[in-house]
Amino acid sequence: MDKDELVEYFRTQVRQDPEVPSAVAAIRTLLEFLKRDQTGETILGLRENLTQTIRRLEEADSSVAVSSGGELFLRFISLTSLEHPDLSQCKKVMVERGELFLKKISLSRSKVAKLCHTFIKDGAKILTHSSSRVVLKVLESAAADKKRFTVYVTESQPDSAGRQMADKLQNLNIPVTVVLDAAVGYIMEKVDLVIVGAEGVVESGGIINKIGTYQLAVCSKAHNKPFYVVAESFKFVRLYPLNQQDVPERFKYKADTLKAVEDLAEEHPMIDYTPPSLITLLFTDLGVLTPSAVSDELIKLYL
Amino acid sequence: MYHRYVVVALSRRKPNEGKELTKEEKQRLRKQKKHQKKQKERKNEKGPSETEKDKTPVSLLPPPQPVATQKAPSALPAPASAPIPVPASAPFHSSPAPSPADKPAKSKAELKAERRARQETDRAAKQPGSSSSGIKTKVPLSELNPVVKRLPEHVQVDDPAVVKRLAKKLERQQIPLRSDYGYKVSLFSHLHQYSRKAPLTQLLSIPSTVIHPSIVRLGLQYSQGIVAGSNARSVALLHAFKQVIRDYTTPPNEELSRDLVNKLKPYISFLNQCRPLSASMGNAIKYIKKEISNIPSQCKEEEAKTKLLTCIDRYIEEKIVLAAKAISKYAIEKISDGDVILVYGYSSLVNNILCEAFEKSRKFRVIVVDSRPRLEGREALRRLVQRGISCTYVLISALSYILPEVSKVFLGAHALLANGYVMSRVGTSQIALVARTYNVPVLVCCETYKFCERVQTDSFVSNELDDPDDLMVTRKGKTQLENWQDVSSLGLLNLVYDVTPPDFVDLVITDLGMIPCTSVPVVLRVKNLDQ
Repeated sequence: MDKDELVEYFRTQVRQDPEVPSAVAAIRTLLEFLKRDQTGETILGLRENLTQTIRRLEEADSSVAVSSGGELFLRFISLTSLEHPDLSQCKKVMVERGELFLKKISLSRSKVAKLCHTFIKDGAKILTHSSSRVVLKVLESAAADKKRFTVYVTESQPDSAGRQMADKLQNLNIPVTVVLDAAVGYIMEKVDLVIVGAEGVVESGGIINKIGTYQLAVCSKAHNKPFYVVAESFKFVRLYPLNQQDVPERFKYKADTLKAVEDLAEEHPMIDYTPPSLITLLFTDLGVLTPSAVSDELIKLYL
Repeated sequence: MYHRYVVVALSRRKPNEGKELTKEEKQRLRKQKKHQKKQKERKNEKGPSETEKDKTPVSLLPPPQPVATQKAPSALPAPASAPIPVPASAPFHSSPAPSPADKPAKSKAELKAERRARQETDRAAKQPGSSSSGIKTKVPLSELNPVVKRLPEHVQVDDPAVVKRLAKKLERQQIPLRSDYGYKVSLFSHLHQYSRKAPLTQLLSIPSTVIHPSIVRLGLQYSQGIVAGSNARSVALLHAFKQVIRDYTTPPNEELSRDLVNKLKPYISFLNQCRPLSASMGNAIKYIKKEISNIPSQCKEEEAKTKLLTCIDRYIEEKIVLAAKAISKYAIEKISDGDVILVYGYSSLVNNILCEAFEKSRKFRVIVVDSRPRLEGREALRRLVQRGISCTYVLISALSYILPEVSKVFLGAHALLANGYVMSRVGTSQIALVARTYNVPVLVCCETYKFCERVQTDSFVSNELDDPDDLMVTRKGKTQLENWQDVSSLGLLNLVYDVTPPDFVDLVITDLGMIPCTSVPVVLRVKNLDQ
């Protein structure tokens, strides 16, 4: 399976099912690669091929989620390879387990929604940022639970993703208002809680999300409003940024921009980093976690 | 449950209190015990006996006649007073009945003190020879008593009972007791304060049959400050133990696994007297003792000895040398071109990281912050400049002046405590605090063998007091503090360590990877599972 086939497969996955998280699509692609791969003779060779595949996928879609999904898959492979030294048997076991893993993580979004919607009280005013499918699921289950609440969505330039979110919410009959990114400080005193999704959850317990999330977090801290993050566990990534500058360049910009543009200093970054001190709770399929517990979970997953 | 609080409160008490209360305490104890007996007898009797309960806290030794005379006037108010059923448990409540003439109503602190005294007497009776010092021992009592965690003796210097016990133990091990020097500031009077001019080795007889010469040499190096820094001390300790093992021969009718451990105990006490053991040394000693006790009894002596020597070599290699390489690898990812890095004092690990980063052609410059009286930063400065790294040198008082220029702070650690606090050279918490206010990321580099199970939230409870004479400085031939001992209201305090709370630390780099400060107990748990 060569580079273009891979990327095509990945893109088809995303196109066919717009609801699928990009990390899951990446893992599906890797699993497909594993099934079709004939060139690997040794486990080490297989690992090498997989690492290269992941890198190619990251070139196609530079989001943090693809990177985290890929690393998780690689980690999971290495664990399996320790148990079965024989390559063909190993591959079979890997493919089986891979399918099982995919099935499990496709349920993670509903698990998160189930945990989070109880935190939305009747009459609540919620502020969210940009378009997140997990947040949508949470609000959907809260609405299904016969709760009445209003939602404010930030417009989230430069791609106006907030408007898409507002449309989806209107289809669910939830009262929604779109606010400017600059109006976050203005609207903060009216809202009761803030819920955002995450593209990646980092080792420190902080999150990487659409640009503007950090501002939202700082404002909510200043107004003492709870700041909740909803994310599935496959978004946990082994990064540890110390500040905004420390986030690697390959995540900050879209994949096309990275390839096309020479001087990245001119470009606007698409994501920012929110430190754990500003986050109240994280809702994941592993449970409701405080930011300091994220490292605990990561150690369990990766060590 | 009360015991734990009692023992902690002890370390904060003024030194005089202990002597004043002992006699009174003992009297009260005797009275108490008689109360309880009497109350148990009289519980079955009803009516007028209830009033007696009110009065029994007052008098006991005097025969019942004076009690009878007191009963009459109190007969009236007694039925009215609600707490009549309460006095059944009088020892634990200050009695609201007419207060006794000779004693004030018992306050909780005094009651705790009584209980503590009872504990001490019990303990002294039980253990004529205590187990190894310096390491907290869990004494598993029956289910009725909760688990008692004893404080190490080096934080109970103002408690004469503990000091006596230590003296007895050292006498048994034939090690001289080092005496404290100079006036101690009251807040730290529970810690030892030794003078460098009076090393323990002067009190040893020559030749010393109990202590191995390499241990004597090591102790002297520690107390004079020739070997300093937690890594250097641990490595020197392990090398000295290797020499001890090489020279060891099992006496007849003894097993190596048990006898060698017993041989090591006086050495450890001796080293503790020369300079209190660090957390890293404690962990190394625990490891060696475990390895020695795991030697099977059938093993021949030569074989056992080589095995132990390889174990120690491997420990040094894995936990110190290779760990340093792993930490450098992670740390170099965090150093980018154009960085201005601040370091404090001399940490062998941080120096290692900076030299490796420089070799990997990262462009950065270093600001070395130093403080009196140790001025360890000069050593760090010398080594960095030798490599060709551009450095700036300031004293800690100029910290807020240079911090706006700094992009990252790298700190070493002496130990990482189980609640995420970082124990390091005094001044570290100050640097972390000021860096936090300037939003400069603080990175602590620490190997996992320095992680300890202890929990501490302030720098007072457990610390080390260095020689107060170090604070004297001679300028232009004049030493202002020369006669500081003569001034009764003057105390010199030379602290060695302080603790930094985890909120000020952004990242801890260990050989297991980069973790937030709050994940230290997770690492400890994982390590315990491995063992």
